[in-house]
Amino acid sequence: MDRLLNVTTGLSALLLVIVLISVRRAHIRPEYSITWLLAAAAMLVLSRVRPLLEVLRRLTGLPDTPLTLFLMGAGVFLIMMFRLSVILSHLRDDNIALAQRVAILEYHVKSQREI
Amino acid sequence: MSGPGGNETRAIGGIRPAGPGAFLVIIPAYNEQGALAQVVKSVHAHVPGAPVLVIDDCSEDSTLDVARRAGAEVLALPHHLGLGGCVQAGYKLAYELGFEYVIRVDGDGQHDARDIPRILDRLKTSGCEMVIGSRFAEANGPRTGAARSLGIRFFRMVLRPILGKPVHDPTSGFVGVNRRALDLFSRSFPLEYPEIEALVVLQRKRFRFEEVPCRMRPRMAGRSSITALKSLYYIVHVLLGVFVNMLRFEGRRRLPPKEE
Repeated sequence: MDRLLNVTTGLSALLLVIVLISVRRAHIRPEYSITWLLAAAAMLVLSRVRPLLEVLRRLTGLPDTPLTLFLMGAGVFLIMMFRLSVILSHLRDDNIALAQRVAILEYHVKSQREI
Repeated sequence: MSGPGGNETRAIGGIRPAGPGAFLVIIPAYNEQGALAQVVKSVHAHVPGAPVLVIDDCSEDSTLDVARRAGAEVLALPHHLGLGGCVQAGYKLAYELGFEYVIRVDGDGQHDARDIPRILDRLKTSGCEMVIGSRFAEANGPRTGAARSLGIRFFRMVLRPILGKPVHDPTSGFVGVNRRALDLFSRSFPLEYPEIEALVVLQRKRFRFEEVPCRMRPRMAGRSSITALKSLYYIVHVLLGVFVNMLRFEGRRRLPPKEE
């Protein structure tokens, strides 16, 4: 159990560092890094504060603590993926609307030039 | 050259802003260099004076040049949007230019331009928002492949209770719309496989559609975008789109015609 918690702590810390470096290098925009940072922080806290993990285990009725940790991690990342899907969908809609607008404006500009 | 409703065809300076009664033929095209010239010429031959707008969905071949050489106006998209985004761009431009009717013809040569006047006439006389050129509106309609035929039957069955009336050819891309539908589709139009979902979008607004029998030919060149492998994705995608559009249903009250 301790080893599992230590591995989770290590992975969470690694994720935190990678995300921070990515933001610094402008590979991820700060507004999209927040979810990753929160997820990594949540996993870090859960892996270090065992009483909290125990409370969550009792609340969820799960049989053991490792399973609780695994499910919490899966839940956090599922929420993140959902949020990213929402963001992607908005971006795609905006992108399509922009491409259509660019094409229509180019058409008008070209038409004006021909007159 | 003066066109229907006072339109200018192939005028220098592009398609001129139009007024009441004016109609536009739009042809969404992606890699259709093989058939497009013939399609544009056929429209010009059978509907003299009608302005023709080809919407080039960032084709990788010479579709854009072929369309221009054939005498069509071209709306060139900066990157590939897919069929729905491509058609919607044409609807947006037509709406902004003030056209009252728009008829969509596919760029692969499957639709017969001789049927355009019939669709336009039905749009004008029936007052319904959309007219579908249907392969199967008559009992002795053409035969299609077994898989496609099965798919069409399936979607007919799914759409029947949703639309409250039968639709014989829900996947037809040979479609005419009036200005009310143009207004709606300029703001909300399905982006990937638009034909079936567009019917549900219309139903949401309590808009009406009718079908007129039309001739359909094998495509002159190129390949269909819906391959065998994509068929399953198509069915799931369209079913999801239909379901989502049903959830957005805006009530049974028919909306009053919008002031132009």
